[in-house]
Amino acid sequence: MSEKPKLALYWAASCGGCEIAVLDLSEKILDVANAFDIVFWPVAMDFKTKDVEAMEDKSIDVCLFNGAIRTSDNEYMAKLLRQKSKVLVAFGSCSYGGGIPALANLKTLRGIMERVYLESPSTVNPEKIFPKTHYQVPEGEIELPELYEDVRTLPQTVDVEYFVPGCAPNPDRIWDVVQAVVSGALPPAGSVVGAFEKTVCDECHFNKEEKKVKKFVRPHQVIPDTNRCLLEQGILCLGVATRGGCGAKCTNVNMPCRGCYGPAEGVADQGAKFLSAVASMVDSQDEAEIKEILKGVVDPVGTAYRFHLAASLLHKARSQEIAGEKALAAAKH
Amino acid sequence: MSDNGFEPQIVGFLCRWCTYTGADLAGTSRIKYPPNVIPIKVMCSGRVDPSFVLKALADGADGVLISGCHPGDCHYSSGNYNALKRFHLLQSTLEQFGIEKERVKLTWVSASEGDLFASVVKDITATVSELGPLNWKSVASGVGEEKAS
Ligand code: FES
Repeated sequence: MSEKPKLALYWAASCGGCEIAVLDLSEKILDVANAFDIVFWPVAMDFKTKDVEAMEDKSIDVCLFNGAIRTSDNEYMAKLLRQKSKVLVAFGSCSYGGGIPALANLKTLRGIMERVYLESPSTVNPEKIFPKTHYQVPEGEIELPELYEDVRTLPQTVDVEYFVPGCAPNPDRIWDVVQAVVSGALPPAGSVVGAFEKTVCDECHFNKEEKKVKKFVRPHQVIPDTNRCLLEQGILCLGVATRGGCGAKCTNVNMPCRGCYGPAEGVADQGAKFLSAVASMVDSQDEAEIKEILKGVVDPVGTAYRFHLAASLLHKARSQEIAGEKALAAAKH
Repeated sequence: MSDNGFEPQIVGFLCRWCTYTGADLAGTSRIKYPPNVIPIKVMCSGRVDPSFVLKALADGADGVLISGCHPGDCHYSSGNYNALKRFHLLQSTLEQFGIEKERVKLTWVSASEGDLFASVVKDITATVSELGPLNWKSVASGVGEEKAS
């Protein structure tokens, strides 16, 4: 048997982009395969859950877990992999902050179900049939995972050693992480790895001058000046409130930062930080005009919390309430 | 206290130069007003980052009062205008989260307006009492619920 460290990769509520990001290591992926013994990676190799269940506790050295926790299956796998892994890494924005799936937290589960199964224009469902977790068929009972009331992050579900932000994480940074694991030069548990401390602005090439705007615009409404900070041109760019490490890939191609690397070091709530910065840029002292200018921020929550809604102060409070009710209901049974 | 018997807890971020001094004046003038606002002294209303407000709500406050110097009177010249801008953006943010925006209020009270401070506190206490405790379950307005309301 090889003495190589054992590596597992898993996806929960995610799109698969994080898996692609690992493959984007290109030929370095062979070095990864050389350095590690890959013991679980459902997207690329044929492993089953029972293979993991059969492993000894803490026998996996590092598990890169991408995706948020939306279903009972996601939660089961998170807990299982926690139990089997020495180091569990919240890999990618969904796992770290909820990512795009967590935008669903702006709606209740009931609201989402009704929209999807009753109200959407392409749905015809006069018998009001909704998906069930258990269903009897002649061959026996079929079981499906339960959809939870809200989308949670991995660290809101189990203890996690490290966080690798990004939608998806930059392959160069993934490589940094791989090397850190191999050499054992990992920072203290609880750290964000594979990213920088400063914001995206620090990596962005645009000229920055004074941030004062009379009008906010959406990217499709203007052709930006390609020398000047997008935010100064009224385009909502989250670079100011977002941790660097991505290489400013979006602003490099004149697109605003969407904030996927999450809050910068020491920031409690990425969205609040961004909205605070945006508001202070409004170039007016007249209340009516201020309101008019701010109408240009059409979707404050969807913009400022696009990748970190599950980790926001307000959602955490709601999530605790939901967890409390669930525990109460369970106790009653 | 309102008819429903609910005593709200409201966090008040009061600027040191105007509203906090105004609150002092309300006290020394023995003006009666509800005890529901817990004052926190800040240097300027412009110091109140939106995350302070969100944290107060998330940690159990039923409402938040931000109060500073009248426009033009801020001791740091434009801090209160920043507060005003942030306040309006914060309001639309709260609405999108499904939290009643009336829970958060911005007012201007000068050092000489003890009576005004008392009436601001009465107002917000009445509004928040009426709304009742912040119901986290209704936060996140489901599409179905949206239509019903
Ligand atoms: S000092 Fe009072 S609002 Fe700025």
